[in-house]
Amino acid sequence: MPSASGPIITVQGVSKAFGGIQAVDDCTFDVAPRLITGLIGPNGAGKTTIFNLITGFLRPDRGSVRFKGEELVGLPPHEVERRGVARTFQHLRLWNKMTVLDNVLLGCQSPVGENALTLFLRPAAVRAQEARDRARALEVLEFFGLRHQAHELAEDLAYPEQKLLSMARIFATDAEVLLLDEPTSGFDADSLRRVIPIVRRLVEHGKTVLLIEHNMELISQLSDEVVFLHQGHVLARGAPATITRDPALTEIYFGI
Amino acid sequence: MTAYLAHYLVMVGIYSILALSLNLLVGYVGIFSLAHAAIYGVGAYASALVALHLGLGFWGGLVVAAVAGACAAALVAIPSLRVAGDYYIVASFGLQVVLLTVFMNWTDVTNGHAGLPGIPRPRVFGWVVDTPFEYVALALALAALTYAICHRLTHSAFGRVLQAIRDDEIAAAAMGKNVVLNKIVIATISSALGALAGSLYAHYITYINPSSFALHESIFIMSLVILGGSDRLAGPLVGAFILLAVPEALKFLAIPDTVAAPMRQVLYGALLIIFMFVRPEGILGRARPKALEPPPVTSHAIG
Repeated sequence: MPSASGPIITVQGVSKAFGGIQAVDDCTFDVAPRLITGLIGPNGAGKTTIFNLITGFLRPDRGSVRFKGEELVGLPPHEVERRGVARTFQHLRLWNKMTVLDNVLLGCQSPVGENALTLFLRPAAVRAQEARDRARALEVLEFFGLRHQAHELAEDLAYPEQKLLSMARIFATDAEVLLLDEPTSGFDADSLRRVIPIVRRLVEHGKTVLLIEHNMELISQLSDEVVFLHQGHVLARGAPATITRDPALTEIYFGI
Repeated sequence: MTAYLAHYLVMVGIYSILALSLNLLVGYVGIFSLAHAAIYGVGAYASALVALHLGLGFWGGLVVAAVAGACAAALVAIPSLRVAGDYYIVASFGLQVVLLTVFMNWTDVTNGHAGLPGIPRPRVFGWVVDTPFEYVALALALAALTYAICHRLTHSAFGRVLQAIRDDEIAAAAMGKNVVLNKIVIATISSALGALAGSLYAHYITYINPSSFALHESIFIMSLVILGGSDRLAGPLVGAFILLAVPEALKFLAIPDTVAAPMRQVLYGALLIIFMFVRPEGILGRARPKALEPPPVTSHAIG
């Protein structure tokens, strides 16, 4: 699916080894803006490692990761996020003892209220910003269908709702690119019906999505393009239907 | 008896400032510091020295103390917090030992063990504070100011970020929060506030020497925080009221001084151990049902 404006994320020749294990091996692919790209592959293909390499949690041994042409390799995670590339975690990492609203507020960048100096020197600006952030956080929760649970503790939500919350808080960061690590794993049919449309609608809000998905059947519902990863290397890429119907890939995927 | 009560209240004010400021680190961002007594000392020496040699007044002394405390902490916080929060307890222990050695051995300035006598009483808006009750008012006013500052810091977007860092650094970084910078900032603020207590103490007792700022004082301040409850802003205040009453209560028992001093240490130790078993969240802390505690998550695993 070609895009007029060129790729927003470019992963070029990225490699990462842990001890003797080559987790990611000369991996090259790009992500088109305002589309959903699915990253699939068997267990241990290096999908989460790629996320960690893009977002600065791991540093590649070789290769480059660019966002709109700017090199991300070498930046700490919070700088990568501030450039506009945010990620969720497979194990969510919510602030369980905080409310749903606070979790989303932490996604908002509040330069005046988060600065210990302006906190005292510009009380009116701090108050105004907190009010804006709250209104925005509630809007975000509305979009993810969690507004009525804004004041519950994150740990009290059901699992699918916790997953939505993990997406809501990075949506609130205003990052252009959202990396979703298995947004629908462990869901029953009802939860899937609820979550898949929300993921699809992220694109309408100008977001570019790169997601990891385990389920070969779901990938065509979730994504516009698929990158198939095997042993840390891109084996194929293309439309979901092409990838899921390729017998060679299915064989690798199911490990026959 | 009233002078006695006044002295107790002044000390409650001083230790409340110390415990409140230490709790910014311990309770709100989860960093343990063993240097708080040394920082208290830095504040005391800094304001005593500028009062004795430069004739600087009480307010000027407070500012100098805060700046000196902030600088001393930043010196250690900047290199050590860049590595990982866990190292800070070791680095702060080092800072405590080094600063105490400086207080004891830089005799040209600190007068060593003999200490600095003759520190002037504070003059507040033209009023010399020299009666016990005036001092109670001043100490409690400064404690209230510290409380207000801590409240502002913790009940804000900044405080939210600190607690997010405490609970999950990796998630905080993923939300674009600069974990290292925020830790350095709060360690510096905590020490600036802690140093205010030193200034207050120096002008109250009018004499300081290194023995007031030794390691056991750091541990004592930590006990105030833990006993009072570190997850509430007011927890350390309760800790200060109760633990400072312990030696006073002992004085009413007919125990000779030689026994009473070690008795105190034993009692503090015993109280801490009892609390760890019976009420680990402290007196004001929010109780958590044990059965519902999630399994511990290793903080450095990513994914």
